[in-house]
Amino acid sequence: MELIDFIVTALLFGGTFFFTTATLGLLRFPDLFTRLHATGKGDTLGVGLILTGLVIYLGLSPITLKIIIIMTFILLTSPVGTHCICRAVYNQGIKPWKRR
Amino acid sequence: MSEKMVESVVARTISRIIIPFIQLYGIYVITHGESSPGGGFQGGVILGTSIILFGIVFSLNTTKKWISKKILILFMSLGLLIYSGIGAIDMLFGGKYLEYGKLPLPLHSPEMSALSILMVEIGIGLCVMSTITLLFIFLAGEKSGTRMDSWEI
Repeated sequence: MELIDFIVTALLFGGTFFFTTATLGLLRFPDLFTRLHATGKGDTLGVGLILTGLVIYLGLSPITLKIIIIMTFILLTSPVGTHCICRAVYNQGIKPWKRR
Repeated sequence: MSEKMVESVVARTISRIIIPFIQLYGIYVITHGESSPGGGFQGGVILGTSIILFGIVFSLNTTKKWISKKILILFMSLGLLIYSGIGAIDMLFGGKYLEYGKLPLPLHSPEMSALSILMVEIGIGLCVMSTITLLFIFLAGEKSGTRMDSWEI
């Protein structure tokens, strides 16, 4: 196994690990805010790691440029979507969850 | 969708950065419709979505000020005219509806097909973009009572 294969495999495993934890948080957390907290970070990092792995695997090509552009836009817009949903829900007067 | 702007600075800044790139991507999808996934309808929806994002983040009144109703209706009819006009021209020169090979241009048949498909895609894209924008403005103004009637040309 070459070094590049090892790096790509490690990045893909890292990405799927973060996706799995984000999905686990979405299923197990009690509240909208905590669920968004889990998925907003986990999905962004998972997509970033998986696409970085693909970029390293493909090397220099036009497809690499497209993947980098896609990654930039996902890293820009996904946290903003989370922020907007959270802000709108909080402004509606819904209180965050507290342990009783 | 209200009369005010969204008060979040993050949403406004990111939208201002990202709206031109959304429109560029929509034009890319339209013009590469004959050789890759996508096409006129999808590209037109992407172009309309950028205007919808502008209308949600900045206010509906600003959108109405930026885009005039006359130009939207003009684009809608123009796209339909391009689409059906190319089909009718093909029928005029002895082919079937949208049979591109019969056009009297000094080109080979595949090139002529590609050119005609590009023109048809541009027509569909214009029509879909303006229809989506008009639908959004019509439906979003319903809650606050500012419907199409109060939208001066």
